[in-house]
Amino acid sequence: MTPVYKLSASSVTGRTNYGSMLAGNPAFVPTDFESIATVTVGSGGTGNITFSSIPSTYTHLQIRAICKSNQTGTSGEFEGLALRFNSDTNSNYAHHFIRGSGAAATAGSSASQAFMSIGLQPDTGYSSVSQMFSAQILDILDYANTNKYKTVRNLNGFDSNNTGTNVGALQLSSGLWMSTSAITSIELSSGGSFNRGFTQYTQFALYGIKGA
Amino acid sequence: MAITYEPIATETVVGSSTNSVSFTGISGAYTDIVFVCEIVASGDVSTRIRFNSDTGSNYSQTDLRGNGSSATSTRTSSAAQISLGVGTATNQTNVIGSINNYSNATTYKTVLLRFNNPAEFTGARVGLWRNTNAITGIEFFVSAGNWVAGSTFTLYGIKAA
Repeated sequence: MTPVYKLSASSVTGRTNYGSMLAGNPAFVPTDFESIATVTVGSGGTGNITFSSIPSTYTHLQIRAICKSNQTGTSGEFEGLALRFNSDTNSNYAHHFIRGSGAAATAGSSASQAFMSIGLQPDTGYSSVSQMFSAQILDILDYANTNKYKTVRNLNGFDSNNTGTNVGALQLSSGLWMSTSAITSIELSSGGSFNRGFTQYTQFALYGIKGA
Repeated sequence: MAITYEPIATETVVGSSTNSVSFTGISGAYTDIVFVCEIVASGDVSTRIRFNSDTGSNYSQTDLRGNGSSATSTRTSSAAQISLGVGTATNQTNVIGSINNYSNATTYKTVLLRFNNPAEFTGARVGLWRNTNAITGIEFFVSAGNWVAGSTFTLYGIKAA
């Protein structure tokens, strides 16, 4: 770091003068969007993925991901991306979605579930497009607030170039967790029973967004 | 504290003869790329995106849109680009998209985007580039005609821990 000198009659000679107190240093830019933790799935895949001990120092959380279920299929299907907060296995979750299948726009919902279905992803049955993954951008709003239930939104989808049984979809999803507890852990899973994990190269990155 | 979300580059259209904007030499220093486009075209044309100068039929997309009276979904396969949105000479289009894990050399690249032409429709789209190469170049181009001066294209990088 370039030092900043206190000017005096004996020290001004040979000094570089700056018009800014930065004295030639780059400005410090505080970041309001911080990386908290990242999980990248290695060879052989994995089961459920959990982010734990999430600090309450942010206002919102965002999860950015590419993911694929480790469920095998013969011709390719899609599976749900699901999550649970704070290990709550009770029927405290609900969701809505609007989906574009490539042929039609459809909508659906579910209430009083034991986990939150919040996205779509391919399974490993798309053998001809095995390198295809879904993308997900989830926002978990006011996650540390202890006065209200927690809401989630997700922009997600995948496209297989018209290969497979369910050849892709774009989905807008919303979810509700009926708890006023601050979220301190997030468990991610695949499938209809919250018991399937993810295939190799899946990556979930958790970020914190600060408020003023 | 390391900066996690930062601008990489911005291009602003000057004059009336620009039909392509390219960002090259994109480093692999980030995890995701976010692009933000605020554009006006000279006619009723589509703004598109492609990667690493690949003009082959290696792109596909599925979308969902609402035009004020109905919601529809369409798919395009084996195309030479991913469409971002259609604008007119009088209606601006904005697009915010994300390319997650753009620099891995193992998976095909999936693009998520939201597009809006506030006078005509709103929608979202998922696109696929069937290539495992790291994305080092992004080209925005228009299907015909040009963009109007003042149209902007900005890239941001997001860096995971």
